[in-house]
Formats: sequence, C-alpha cells, structure tokens
Amino acid sequence: MRYPAHSARHFGSQVLQLMHDTGHAMYMLLEAVCFTRYVFTQRSRHEIATQMFTTGIKSLAVITVVALFTGMILALQTGLELRRYGQEVYIGSAVAVSMIREMGPFMTGLIIAASVGSAIAAQIGTMVVSEEIAALEVMSINPNRFLVMPRLVALVVMMPILAVYTNILGVLGGAVVGTTQLGVSVQAYMDNAMQFATNKDLYVGLFKAVVFGIVIATVSCHQGFMTSEGAVGVGKATRRAVIISFLVILVLGYMITRLFYI
Amino acid sequence: MIRFENITKVLGGKTVLDEISFEVGEGETVVIVGLSGAGKSVTLKHMIRLMQPDAGKVLIDGEAIGDLGRTALQAVRTKFGVLFQSAALLQWMSVEDNVALPLREHTKMDDGKIEQLVAEKLRLLNLSDTGDKFPADLSGGMRKRVGLARAIIMNPKIMLYDEPTSGLDPVTSRHIDNLIVDMRKELGITSVVVTHDLHSALSIGSRIMMLHQGQIVENATPEEFIHSKNGTVQAFLESQYITKKGKWETGLNHE
Ligand SMILES: Nc1ncnc2c1ncn2[C@@H]1O[C@H](COP(=O)(O)OP(=O)(O)OP(=O)(O)O)[C@@H](O)[C@H]1O
Ligand SMILES: [Mg+2]
Repeated sequence: MRYPAHSARHFGSQVLQLMHDTGHAMYMLLEAVCFTRYVFTQRSRHEIATQMFTTGIKSLAVITVVALFTGMILALQTGLELRRYGQEVYIGSAVAVSMIREMGPFMTGLIIAASVGSAIAAQIGTMVVSEEIAALEVMSINPNRFLVMPRLVALVVMMPILAVYTNILGVLGGAVVGTTQLGVSVQAYMDNAMQFATNKDLYVGLFKAVVFGIVIATVSCHQGFMTSEGAVGVGKATRRAVIISFLVILVLGYMITRLFYI
Repeated sequence: MIRFENITKVLGGKTVLDEISFEVGEGETVVIVGLSGAGKSVTLKHMIRLMQPDAGKVLIDGEAIGDLGRTALQAVRTKFGVLFQSAALLQWMSVEDNVALPLREHTKMDDGKIEQLVAEKLRLLNLSDTGDKFPADLSGGMRKRVGLARAIIMNPKIMLYDEPTSGLDPVTSRHIDNLIVDMRKELGITSVVVTHDLHSALSIGSRIMMLHQGQIVENATPEEFIHSKNGTVQAFLESQYITKKGKWETGLNHE
C-alpha cells in the first residue's frame, strides 16, 4: 500500500514544482517588462536590433515555405469541398480569414518557438553552465535586464511583423492553388478575400502574435536559466523550451479565439 | 575581511562543506588547496553569495551577507573581483568588450577613457594584440587572462581567483603569480586563490588552507604547511615532490 501513497506524494510535489516554476517565470517576465524603460538606451537599442535581426534571419526561410504551403493546403482542402457546391470562388475568404485569424500567428509562433526559442534556451543554458550568468551577477549586471529584456522586446516586435508576412504569403499560396487547380481567377480570389476578412480578424491575429512572442521569450529564457547538469542539461532545457512553448501557444490561441468570437 | 562561521553546505546529497570556519584578514593572500571535488569552488561561491550555506554565516567586513537585499548585496559584490574557473567570458562579445563591460555598465566614463583603461589591463596581461578577437578563438590560458583583466578593471578590494594558472604554460603561470603578489604589495588587495599548483601556492600565499572531505585539515603559513604533521597534507605535498627536507625557496619574496 505504500506505492500509491508515494506516487501521490510524488505527483503533489510535481504540481508544487510546476507552480513554483511558473511563479519564477512570471517574476522574470515582470522584471524584464519593468526594465523596458531602458529600451532606448544606446546599448539596449543595439542588443535589441541584433536580436530582431537574428530572429528574422533564423526564421525567414522556414516561414516562407510553411506560409506558402499552409495557404495552399487550406485552399485545396476547402476548395475541393466548396467545388461540390459550385462555390469555389469563396476559397478567397476561407483562406484569408483562417490565415489572418488563426493560422498566421499560430504557424509563426510554432516556427519561432522551434527556431528562435530553442536558440535562446540553448544560449542562456550554456551561459549558466559556463558560469557566465554567475559572472554577470557578481558584476551586478541583472540578467533579466541584460538578456531577457532585449529578447522579449525583439520577439514582441518581430512576431506581429512575421505573422503579417505569413498571412500575405499564405493568401498568395491560396491564390496559386485557386488559379491553377480550381479555376478561380486571381482577381475574383482577391476580391472575395478582401470582402470577408475584417479588421477585427487582423487585430485579433496580431494580438495573438504579440502574446505568442511574450510566451516564447518567457518560456525560452526561463528554461535556459533553469539549466543544470552541464551540456546534457542544455539539451534538456532546449527541448523543454520548445515543448512548453508549443503547448502554451496552443492553449492560449484557443482561449483568445474564444474570448473574441463567442 | 572575509569570515566563515560554521558553514555547512550539502550538494547532491553530499556534505561538501561540514561546519567550516576561517577568516581572511585584510591584505592577506590565502591559498585554498585540495583534491578535485573538495569544495574549493563552492567555498569561493559562498563569499559572493552565488551559493547560500545550509547552515552558518558568511561575513564580509563584519556584515552578514545572508539576508542582504539586492542593493546591499550589490554594494558588497562591488568589493570583489572574481576570476571564474572557466573564465566565464561572454561568448558573443570581443575581448575588449568583455573587459570593458563592467565600466560600461557601472560608470559614466566616455569611450576614449574606457578604451585606454582596457588597453592598459590587456597590456599588463600580455594580451595587447587580442583585443578584437572573440573568446572562442582564444586558447584556454588566454581566456583565463582575459577573465583576470575583466576582474581587476574595477579596482576591487578583494580578489577571488579560481585556478588562475591551470592550463597555463609555466612562464605565464609565474607571470600571473607575480601579478597576484604585486597587487597585494602595491595595492593592498586581499586575495583568495584556489589552486592545484602547490609551487605557486607556496610562493604567493601568506597562508595555505587545505580542504579535505568537508573539513579544513590545515590552515597555516607556507613554512608551517610543508612541515605539517597531517597525513593528508603530507600525501598532498609528496604527490608534487615537495619534501620537508631543505627550506622551500620561492624566488618571490613577500613582506
Ligand atoms: N551546483 C552544484 N550542484 C550539485 N553539486 C555540486 C554543485 N556544485 C558543486 N557540486 C559538488 O560539490 C563538490 C565540490 O565541488 P567544487 O566545484 O567546489 O570542487 P573543487 O574543489 O572546486 O574541484 P576542482 O578542483 O575540480 O575544481 C563536488 O562533488 C561537486 O560535484
Ligand atoms: Mg573548482
């Protein structure tokens, strides 16, 4: 009879650990947000620009391919269905609305979490292991200002920009499928897309992108800081950063959609 | 200056430090020796509260640092310059930027003045032509010296060195030893040095402390240290071919 009691206690301690970690991450985020008052100092500006640049560079190729194909798949999938009713002209709105509202920010979030978030976790994790974080602390340089704040700002700025880019390419991908596979002219496709996509869709989508940016920065930095056990730990931290970002993005994406459309 | 009172630290189920107490006086150079894993780095980390003891108190200049708030702790840490065992340079910054970092973060000096101070320290450590290289392009010993340049750039009162000469060639090692002695003689800097190298320990230390299995097994002047009756110390000395026959000649004279 000892085993169940033991595992219950184990489960309990895991829940406590999870709450503790979440609190820790929230504290880190809050402090980084407070430090955004230094955004326009010369050194922060430089670091933020570097982070924005690497964010774009690291993800642009993948985002381009994923965005195009997401639009194409959406167009093909819904277009085939719509064709049964002779309504294929509506694929314009179907693709545009689902890209802008959902798929654009969502796909961008996943790609950024996998490419940029993992790199952040690995970098900070390596810094923990090689005592660089300790050195910063001894020099009274707050890692939340020095490392977290620039990454947070860079992701919050870049996520909506990249989401818009994803949207545009997705809609274009849909147009390609529309003209080549479904016989919908580009003109008709675009008219239809513009007619049904609302400003609200765009704003909600951009809001999601910003939230996902905050999630990725927070989770990745926090997992990096929690690294222990040397190089093995860096690998673990990287993996956890990606998985946790994915999960949180999924759940929050759902909740935001519910919040604005029900 | 630095005072440990009954410090106990358990890490990973192992008692690394077991109620140890010692004091480092102003202007002293205390060398900590001991086998790998004896807790030397852990001891250093307690001095700047990178680790907190499970029991006991650390006092710096008579002030217990255990419960200090952030600003007070920062004030204590500014007294220290720390050379980490792994040098701990920021990988994405050039050597110059690494050394300049504390000045840029904590002073309002203009760029020209900072450049001049950095160049001066790099010259002192024979690193003049590495200013624009990155840590990844340097040898281990060079990284150590850059770490040392960064540690001394703010003119600290207390220096902590974690294996300053490991991985360095003998000539450079002696150069670093001389530097540690000079800093004490000329600037009155208090130093704590962790090293495996008994030759350098005996030359630079005003006191040598040996850690073994969580205890301080010897804490004495170099002269007393080589004549220690303690078995662990004797084995340690013999492993580096230092016998008590004949007086130990250092070549570096203190006092
Ligand atoms: N963060 C940590 N978590 C768990 N155990 C640790 C941690 N840091 C050190 N230890 C353990 O504490 C003991 C002492 O470590 P420490 O780094 O002080 O050794 P050391 O005397 O500096 O050895 P070396 O000469 O190899 O550097 C070791 O057994 C080490 O495994
Ligand atoms: Mg060590």
